[in-house]
Amino acid sequence: MKLTKLSALVASTALCAPMAMAEDMANELTIVSWGGSYSASQKNAYHDPYSAETGVKIINDESSAEAVAKIRAMNEAGNVTWDVVDVVASDAMRLCDEGLADEIDHDEVLAAAPDGTPASEDFGDLIVSECFVPQIVYSTTFGYRTDLVGDTAPTSVCAIFDLEAYPGKRSLQKRPIDNMEWALYCDGVAKDDLYDVLGTKEGVARGLAKLDTIKDQVVWWTAGAETPQLLADGEVVMGSTFNGRLFSAIAEQDQPIGMLWDMQSFDLDGWIIPAGLSPERKARALHYLNYATDTQRLADQAKYISYGPARASSAPLVGKHAELGIEMAPHMPTDPANATNVHTYDYEWWADNRDDLDAKFQAWLAK
Amino acid sequence: MSDTTQNGSVLAADGTPLKRSLARALRRQKIRALLLIAPLLLFVMLTFIMPIGDMLFRSVENDIVSKTLPRTVVALRDWDANSGEAPGEEVFTALAADLQIAAEAKLHTRVGSRLNYETPGISSLFRKAGRKVKKWDVENDGPFKEQFLKIHKGWGDPDVWRTIQTYSPKFTNGYFLNAADLQKGADGPEWRPEDEQIYWLLFKRTMFMSMVITISCIVLAYPVAWILANLPARSANLLMILVLLPFWTSLLVRTSAWKVMLQQQGVINETLVWLGLVADDARLVMINNQFGTIVAMTHILLPFMILPMYSVMQTIKPTYLRAAKSLGATNWTAFWRVYFPQSIPGIGAGSILVFILSIGYYITPELVGGTKGVFISNRIAFHISSSLNWGLAAALGAILLAVVLVLYWAYDKIVGIDNVKLG
Repeated sequence: MKLTKLSALVASTALCAPMAMAEDMANELTIVSWGGSYSASQKNAYHDPYSAETGVKIINDESSAEAVAKIRAMNEAGNVTWDVVDVVASDAMRLCDEGLADEIDHDEVLAAAPDGTPASEDFGDLIVSECFVPQIVYSTTFGYRTDLVGDTAPTSVCAIFDLEAYPGKRSLQKRPIDNMEWALYCDGVAKDDLYDVLGTKEGVARGLAKLDTIKDQVVWWTAGAETPQLLADGEVVMGSTFNGRLFSAIAEQDQPIGMLWDMQSFDLDGWIIPAGLSPERKARALHYLNYATDTQRLADQAKYISYGPARASSAPLVGKHAELGIEMAPHMPTDPANATNVHTYDYEWWADNRDDLDAKFQAWLAK
Repeated sequence: MSDTTQNGSVLAADGTPLKRSLARALRRQKIRALLLIAPLLLFVMLTFIMPIGDMLFRSVENDIVSKTLPRTVVALRDWDANSGEAPGEEVFTALAADLQIAAEAKLHTRVGSRLNYETPGISSLFRKAGRKVKKWDVENDGPFKEQFLKIHKGWGDPDVWRTIQTYSPKFTNGYFLNAADLQKGADGPEWRPEDEQIYWLLFKRTMFMSMVITISCIVLAYPVAWILANLPARSANLLMILVLLPFWTSLLVRTSAWKVMLQQQGVINETLVWLGLVADDARLVMINNQFGTIVAMTHILLPFMILPMYSVMQTIKPTYLRAAKSLGATNWTAFWRVYFPQSIPGIGAGSILVFILSIGYYITPELVGGTKGVFISNRIAFHISSSLNWGLAAALGAILLAVVLVLYWAYDKIVGIDNVKLG
């Protein structure tokens, strides 16, 4: 008799506990990001102030590189343990297509700009998927060793393919995206026609043939840290990587590296909310998103890392580096001086053709 | 005295036939034994066999198409894929009805990305159509063919419809064909275009390089294990720590260390240039190729070879060698005819460990293998974590598993699996 009473009591408390919390928001957040100085910048600009204001405990998970696969596995297991996930735009699109990320009503969830411009206009074209909240604009661009390129520093992306003027190895990312566009561009295709050409068999063959001319001299990288290291070691004379990595090699570590902004490839990174969260966890995640992507916070992040804030209204607020005290604006990929000739890649096109082109690219690599 | 009945069967004390009572006792014993190992069995089933089985099953599973587009699949049955024209209005009506339900449940893009693995472009067809179809009135808004074509002209492409038709059955061999560089053609499987063939090459390369790595491990480990086994215990323990030390170091650290050693501005090249053995402009290329992968992986897997060899060699009595020599054998004969055959179980165990581990390696090849030194597992990892084509990853994994089992079987036939010892 006593036992049944006790177990009934235990059962009722176990049932009551989540119900009591359902009334407001969860007080713990698991946020997934890329780690390193990028996660540090988010911690400084978003997590710490948010925790201080709301008392919510934020757990940082550095799994963004495998986020897509992990979210799918969690979703299939019916146990999603992440609340907010930082992914690149193309991954956000994939997750949205697979039904693994929740769609977000940008104007309802996100804060308007200080002058009242609704969020969807403030972010503008950068909202490339219904599930995606843009955070930063970064670019994949080139760095070169100032002491190894001779008297004339490269000013055009086509220096990559010019083995006569710039002999030595170069490092490129081991994937078709960006490389194919640069190859075609340097083979004389106009910027506006890149995807029309790339959409044909001949175009793909042409791009690969152009890459073939430097294939022996390329070191292929998969992690963003590789190119700065290869440059520092003098293994390569130039190489592509994310602009923030080059910034930290140049400004923070004083390496003899120069930036080549020509035809830098703009890309986006931002937040998604995985599908299948309980209402109180989702409410908390949306509350966090509203806070972390307002105009001032996005500008704050740029104090710690040289990635451009995704809101138009944040750009004027970008200030100085928190420790080095240098103006950050000239190091942003979006700075007018750097953005004279940029390449914006076509997310929709790549979502359709990525698997096909990747198969061809990998077959070409292996040969 | 009544132990035997009239028909001759032996009875137990309680009168039941002895045979049955014995069987019952044995069964009880078996059940008890089974119950004792049940937790372990259950654990292995739940955490190992079932997940692997579930993953492998994905290599043939394909019910997403017929589940998401049931009406379309039925309506499409009568369409002739070789007609060169898109199907008629009734298929598009069915598609509109299916897509409306699917878009409500947000499943339309999922089927789009599934089919996009086969024909590029389909994913955006479904994504765009889903948005529009949500607003249609399926009963009255027809005819739909024109409206679909207005959303995207791709809906009029017979190739798109051929793909939907080909992949409408619940099960498919498509992933396995793809994993063997084949594709579904108009009449049966056919080779993929040459510029897309990659998996055969990678399978062959994986086998070849794993073999080379195993052999170099044997060659390097044998003398080390021999010294370890024949030194006095104190100095042997000290040396053992040297073998185990890299074992306790992170895999990434060891791989990066090889980068520092092997790269063109690295320690080895710098030393060779300083010694004047290599010209400054002709530094050796030792990394980002097969050589780099073989060196780094041989180093990383070496302890897996040394340890079983060492524990087997420890059990070989030195008296055997002495006996052989006292009977007139030379050093070499004594080693080759007496010592070596007894150490084979250690070589076998080590080889199986190293070979199977190296077949599944992908982090080290990814970091030091460049383009020519990557394994099939790198592609599996890519399809699991990046392209999300888990069906193809499962098919590649299933083939790899089958190859390993065949090799294991062949090993059993040639060397004998009883002839493997870990100590």
